Amino acid sequence: MTNNTALNIQQLSFAYGKKPVLKDVDLVVRAGQCCILLGPNGAGKSTLFSLITRLYSYSEGQIALAGFDLKQQPLKALAQLGVVFQQPTLDLDLTVQQNLFYHASLQGISRKLAKSAIQQQLECLAMFERKDELVRQLNGGHRRRVEIARALLHQPQLLLLDEPTVGLDVPSRQAMVEQVHELVKQSNTAVLWATHLMDEIYPEDEVVVIHQGNIKATGNVEQVIKSVDAKTIQDAFFKLTQGKK
Amino acid sequence: MRLIHYWIALWGIVGRELLRFLKQKERFLSALVRPLIWLFVFAAGFRAVLGIAIIPPYDTYILYEVYITPGLIGMIQLFNGMQSSLSMVYDREMGSMRILLVSPLPRWFLLVSKLLAGVLVSILQVYVFLAIAWCYEIEAPLMGYVYLLPVLILTGLMLGSLGLLLSSFVKQLENFAGVMNFVIFPLFFMSTALYPLWKLKESSEWLFLLAQYNPFSQAVELIRFSLYEQFNQEACFFTLGIFIVFLILAIIGYNPSKGMMQRKGRG
Repeated sequence: MTNNTALNIQQLSFAYGKKPVLKDVDLVVRAGQCCILLGPNGAGKSTLFSLITRLYSYSEGQIALAGFDLKQQPLKALAQLGVVFQQPTLDLDLTVQQNLFYHASLQGISRKLAKSAIQQQLECLAMFERKDELVRQLNGGHRRRVEIARALLHQPQLLLLDEPTVGLDVPSRQAMVEQVHELVKQSNTAVLWATHLMDEIYPEDEVVVIHQGNIKATGNVEQVIKSVDAKTIQDAFFKLTQGKK
Repeated sequence: MRLIHYWIALWGIVGRELLRFLKQKERFLSALVRPLIWLFVFAAGFRAVLGIAIIPPYDTYILYEVYITPGLIGMIQLFNGMQSSLSMVYDREMGSMRILLVSPLPRWFLLVSKLLAGVLVSILQVYVFLAIAWCYEIEAPLMGYVYLLPVLILTGLMLGSLGLLLSSFVKQLENFAGVMNFVIFPLFFMSTALYPLWKLKESSEWLFLLAQYNPFSQAVELIRFSLYEQFNQEACFFTLGIFIVFLILAIIGYNPSKGMMQRKGRG
């Protein structure tokens, strides 16, 4: 494992009771890399995220975040992590800023430091003007932006995005895809983005295709396309997942 | 992990709960209306029916309203504990619970902080209720209100941890409403909140035993004694013991490797 490895998963297996969900998963995401975890519904993406975020516990394999083993040093490992879950997780009855202050406190950031961090993140995502609005009053795209700002408040090494564009309209989705890719370039943050939407992938992204709990292909977009002799990443995805969407 | 991190996080969790409570005015109102209806309607109606003998901590004959006030304080805390847990089930279903559990703090600390936040809210409700009761001439000694404070923290923690334990086992919001009915009503009615133990013993021996060892009875008695400047040691240890047991079980329930979270689904 090198120093710039934000996420290192080795031989990870997981089952719900007797039903296996993940089998011998190996996955590495490095700083400044946007890694797209591509898989159809039920492939094991959300389960993998639940394991990385320690919501579920695993008995086989290893997960390390920025060099900290999730089992042996869970708090140090989780401190390296920013997450945007598939389901919205903002408190609708609080303002944007109140939501962010709450998150900052969970990360141990003092109010003074949090204030400047909140301003910085909201300005980056063009949401600072709306800091005093109730989250309930924001549209889906803006709520997602707030969630990204929140996930980045404590400057994590790894940003996990679990199908964050679900339910967004096309312009909001495009804007979000652009913003995250820009973030990777600017801040050197590693991103692991779970999706099943091909148009969220940029040519320079790392792609990991997962199907029925197995990693089917990994590499940059071109390598994944070549690995199955396909023409586009979409063709490659269908081939790797046996034509199932 | 620095100590200051825990401090900041605790205030963050407590602050959020207070903010939510202050914004949800209906919740505050319903939390007050419930015991007030019991006090002004139920107790007034039953005043003549139930005779109350002189029992500790009272040193004279008392009105039924005076007798049930500690029980209604317990009721406020019981409902608040369940309400907090209901919101945890809701948060878990809606996803916001994940943000809390993913933060870099031990899970036991996060759960205890959540509990403390809920207790603080319940204490606010209790003192507003007592202020209204005071206007209705249901008065306790002034120092009783001071002694009550640490007791409310303990009883609130015990009742809150019961709710927390339930929330760790209950999968869906709809089921939790059912569980609340099965828990709140037996706990409340089979306790010393509405009638003294001797009265229960007169009518049924087994009901008497159930009420005697009902954790809610112990909490109510602890509240009752403290409100009249007395310390009920037995009720205090009982409440403390039950709180520790419930809390440990709840922490196990929320532990990713041992608890129920993992068995619940594939979120």
